Amino acid sequence: MQKNIILAGVGGQGILSIAAVVDQAALKEGLNIRQAEVHGMSQRGGAVQSHLRISDREIFADLIALGNADLILSVEPLEALRYLPWLAPGGRVVTSLDPFVNMPGYPTMEEIMSELGKTERPVLVHAAELAREAGSARASNMVMLGAGAPFTGIEQGRLEEAIGALFGAKGQEVVDINIRAFRKGLQLSNI
Amino acid sequence: MNRQLLLGAEAVAQGALDAGISGVYAYPGTPSTEITEYIQRSKHSRESGVRSSWSTNEKTAYEAALGMSYAGKRSLVCMKHVGLNVAADPFINSAITGVNGGLVLAVADDPSMHSSQNEQDSRVYGRFAMVPVLEPASQQELYDAMFHAFDLSEAVRLPVVVRMTTRLSHSRSGIDRRTPLGQNPLKAEYAPERFVLMPHNARVQYRHLLDLQPMLEELSESSFLNETVEGGGAVGVIAFGIGCNYVMEARRDHGIDCRVLKIGQYPLPRRQVNELFDACSTVLVVEEGYPVYEELFRGYFGSAKIRGRMDGALPRAGELTTDLVAAALGVKLTGTAAVPGIVVNRPPELCKGCGHRDMFEAINLVIREHADHHVFSDIGCYTLGALPPHNAIHTCVDMGASITMAKGAADAGLRPAVSVIGDSTFAHSGMTGLLDAVNDHSPLTVIIGDNATTAMTGGQHSSASGSKLVDLCRGIGVEAEHIRIIVPLKTHLAENVAVLREEFDYDGVSVVIAQRECVESAAKKKRRAAATGQ
Repeated sequence: MQKNIILAGVGGQGILSIAAVVDQAALKEGLNIRQAEVHGMSQRGGAVQSHLRISDREIFADLIALGNADLILSVEPLEALRYLPWLAPGGRVVTSLDPFVNMPGYPTMEEIMSELGKTERPVLVHAAELAREAGSARASNMVMLGAGAPFTGIEQGRLEEAIGALFGAKGQEVVDINIRAFRKGLQLSNI
Repeated sequence: MNRQLLLGAEAVAQGALDAGISGVYAYPGTPSTEITEYIQRSKHSRESGVRSSWSTNEKTAYEAALGMSYAGKRSLVCMKHVGLNVAADPFINSAITGVNGGLVLAVADDPSMHSSQNEQDSRVYGRFAMVPVLEPASQQELYDAMFHAFDLSEAVRLPVVVRMTTRLSHSRSGIDRRTPLGQNPLKAEYAPERFVLMPHNARVQYRHLLDLQPMLEELSESSFLNETVEGGGAVGVIAFGIGCNYVMEARRDHGIDCRVLKIGQYPLPRRQVNELFDACSTVLVVEEGYPVYEELFRGYFGSAKIRGRMDGALPRAGELTTDLVAAALGVKLTGTAAVPGIVVNRPPELCKGCGHRDMFEAINLVIREHADHHVFSDIGCYTLGALPPHNAIHTCVDMGASITMAKGAADAGLRPAVSVIGDSTFAHSGMTGLLDAVNDHSPLTVIIGDNATTAMTGGQHSSASGSKLVDLCRGIGVEAEHIRIIVPLKTHLAENVAVLREEFDYDGVSVVIAQRECVESAAKKKRRAAATGQ
């Protein structure tokens, strides 16, 4: 079993929480993990990405080779496109459709949809809306994790357990909101 | 013990704690900051009294670490690569004095310059100082290497460098821990013949350092960080640090059977290197950083046998990847999707509501009244003032250079001469430059963006902010009436513009302190207060 996942978004959007959940779940599964992330200057509203690799054999490199990502999981639609050179043949793009516009020249949604449409059966998610339905717009990253979950190779229960552990300190209500958000995303991909 | 998921930087921290350090000294700098932050958060370090607050700069950090070692205890000092330029003086000289308690310098290089102004390779400093350098290739190796580094440091009585790069420092992996060691007892000995570096002592000590070198080479030959991976074929690889990860990945992905010598401890293990060069007709040198050893292998007159960054087999600059290494090993890579043309860059920016935004707005309004409107700046969040929409600063070179460069330009006749620096950077390296300006009566306005934190690296404690900053400027000799405090807020714009205009026009040294808490720190405080139910 080996999965190469690129998590994408804008600094501050919570991709590291997604990574933390998958990491913990993979650790519980006894899998090897390498998860490279971006700290420093780019965190200030810049494009950020995390290379997440899980495997039952030894992982050597912290970075995924081009054309080797099984999944691009993005919390922002334009950011999903930035990492297409890493997508493996048959790899999937799962992305939020909520644009984060903080620079000039941001393309139209039609242009973005057209590019996303060129990938194999992209999973497109109105994450913020589903997160609000779950109880908090802040949980949209967990909606996205849910939507990407079937492609991570880790079972739902393990991921939910890790969500519970990550948000546990903030109380049961926050855990419940995030689990609901996760399941809303999961439903989209499981159809 | 349970397997723990740690960043490379955190593995260094946990390794150092478990190896029994009594203190860590550091100034924040990406990608090294998380080492010290981890130790500060650690329950173990609080319970066992491991000293861990931030130092004013890398030089003070290194010297304090050397002092702790002098007193017999194990100490860790951490910095980013350019920080070692600041600490170079004590670092190089500590190789001459030697150490008592284990002293380990963890230095994090930033190839590809993700958050830095250059990609200098700290291994060069290691060679320069002639001390052992460890370059682990994985998070687990980093953890294990910390035990080894402290033992080695005490065995050879030299500081030991642990070098890592961004990708290892900022990547997580599962770590198996060992049984923690206790701290060393306090044991300061009088040894002026080692520690008083007057020429008659220094010559003896330097001779001793030279004499140690063959032993250091032997120690490398038996190090767990250096190993040969058997393979066939005429092409061999010598791979350093995480460069080896890409080699191993490419080897497996593309079914390449080549012999690999993995290097993780310097000076080079001569026997293994000789074996590789004897066994292979071509050797690819894979280094994450400068082609330090490739250049050495080639020698001045070159060698047709060697491939690497210097002949284009690998790019001369920037980080390595599996793809680059695979290509250098002769793999024809198939094309992958391109980034669609509509994908525009998303550069970082100052946070919404950040006081620096208002500071730059006021500066721009006043400075553009002048034909010459150069603004000398420095290293911190406010460096983002160079980008649109601010386009407000024109230099950023090294910590503290805003003040001294503005001074030099003022001395050359440039008016107004304006410097923009943060509170933490001012404390780090700005104060001494301000003293130069005061002593020289250089007409200069220093604007200190005081957000009461080291913001760019994630909000660490700043050595001087608020009233301490005012007192410092006063103490350095800036006249009280030319130390002005403004609040960088929209509502204060007219007032701030007036203050800046007066001080730009003043023919002497003035300091304008723009005081407003970092919005990130404020939000963090609020979240913490909410979490504790206050």
